[in-house]
Amino acid sequence: MAGSRTSCSPSADPKVEKTDEVVTTGVLASLQNFLRKCLIAVLSYGPMPKHIAFIMDGNRRYAKFRSIQQGAGHRVGFSALIASLMYCYEMGVKYITVYAFSIDNFKRDPSEVQSLMELMEEKINELLDNRSVINKINCKINFWGNLDLLCEPVRLAAQKLMASTAGNTGLVFSVCMPYNSTSEIVNAVNEVCAERREMLQIEHAGDCNGYAANNGVHSEISVADLDRHMYSAGCPDPDIVIRTSGETRLSNFLLWQTTFSHLQNPDPLWPEFSFRHLVWAILQYQRAYPYLEQSRNLAKKQM
Amino acid sequence: MLSNFLSRTIHRTRLPDYRLQAGTDAAVAPPDALAQSGIRPESLPRHVAVVPDGNRRWAQARGLLTPDGHEVGRRALEHTMEVDYLMGMIERTIRENVDEYERRENGIRVHVIGDPSRWPESLQKTAREAEEKTRNNSKLHLMLATCYSGRWELVQACRALAHKVQGNLLRPEDIDESMLAGELQTSAAAGEFSCPDLVIRTSGEQRLSNFLLWQSAYSELYFTDTLWPDFGEAEYLQALSSFQSRERRFGQRTA
Repeated sequence: MAGSRTSCSPSADPKVEKTDEVVTTGVLASLQNFLRKCLIAVLSYGPMPKHIAFIMDGNRRYAKFRSIQQGAGHRVGFSALIASLMYCYEMGVKYITVYAFSIDNFKRDPSEVQSLMELMEEKINELLDNRSVINKINCKINFWGNLDLLCEPVRLAAQKLMASTAGNTGLVFSVCMPYNSTSEIVNAVNEVCAERREMLQIEHAGDCNGYAANNGVHSEISVADLDRHMYSAGCPDPDIVIRTSGETRLSNFLLWQTTFSHLQNPDPLWPEFSFRHLVWAILQYQRAYPYLEQSRNLAKKQM
Repeated sequence: MLSNFLSRTIHRTRLPDYRLQAGTDAAVAPPDALAQSGIRPESLPRHVAVVPDGNRRWAQARGLLTPDGHEVGRRALEHTMEVDYLMGMIERTIRENVDEYERRENGIRVHVIGDPSRWPESLQKTAREAEEKTRNNSKLHLMLATCYSGRWELVQACRALAHKVQGNLLRPEDIDESMLAGELQTSAAAGEFSCPDLVIRTSGEQRLSNFLLWQSAYSELYFTDTLWPDFGEAEYLQALSSFQSRERRFGQRTA
């Protein structure tokens, strides 16, 4: 973020003191930018992840520790999300996926669910109205999940945002809401079964030997078939999955896609997750990379 | 490579046999080690899954492997020999221990899950016999995952359901989570306890490698740097202690 640069002489006038503060802030911000770019350049000598997934845990605890309202915790969490998105973009990460809302979360207190839905609708509409962030990173936004479970205003806003960014070719930002990996897998199984039934009906219509066609089609269902019907079709598997606030579980997030993902559980709560935590995450990934690659290659050979 | 293959093919799950049940007179007293380490017996995991990773690195560290193995051809041959060796080892282990498992006081029931078409004939036979011999035991279930993959397991379940759809026994839109879960191999073996409460992976590798993919949706994951041959009772108690310190919410909130 570039600040303003003005030259001035120090005096007791509060206005001038404030300008001093702005100058200092501006200079510090520029220095921060420069250092950040240097650090990113150094990091880039090693293998960089193409896809990072985040489980944004800890907003409510953050609010509790700071004695602010729960809703405010989620808002700070949203700011942390946008900041992380921009840092990832600077680092050349092409795909970001976040676990924004689980289907299980509907079981929470209705007032919390309501305030979360309102926040999401507000933020989606903000992104639709003010496209500077999206345009800067040429961002394509996906919503992965069972959108039918959302109330109409949120669903319509989400669909509108997806449609308006569908042609963008930069960073791919996938928001999982409302999402469960097990639901995603069941949905893929439904679609594969329906697809096979349709293929069989077409074959049967043109071929009298229905029994033989049945056997042939049935035995061909493969990992690739289910892959094609996942919400994440076309997107590479995450290289890193980061769950903040120290919890070590996936909570039904991307179970199908995270076979070789490096799982990390840093202690900071999501609103506290910052650039240095992201750098540390990538350093850990780079350390584990040789072994991850070996496992991936071995798995590919055995398929 | 051995540890990598081992982690993909040999996974053991175990139900602890010393869980206290409220209101049951026949409750078993917890071992002293549990009491001494401050582990609460009333909240032990019912199903523990283990990825025993790190055997090769352990051997390498002790100079038990030949240092030279860089040629691609030699590595490929080593891999095949390694697979054959592992299959033989699994078969021997089952055969040597099944009599002990069979004895009533041990009450251990053996299940072998995975893709049987990839097992040698002799292992298929040994596995079937072990499962048959221990069929009536119910104190502790030992599941050995051999040539297992979570994705493969789901594809098998999908094929079974597609078969039913094509036989007009079921419509695609009727398929839900419990139906799909019911088609998984672990469901046949462990029923309602299919989902591990705790998944332990040794040797510092922080990933799931396709193990119990569906079943570990809400499992607590415990990663330790200890290599598998060094993972003993003390390390297991540490894992249990870590498990008990966690707050499991299943997507909801505690009050």
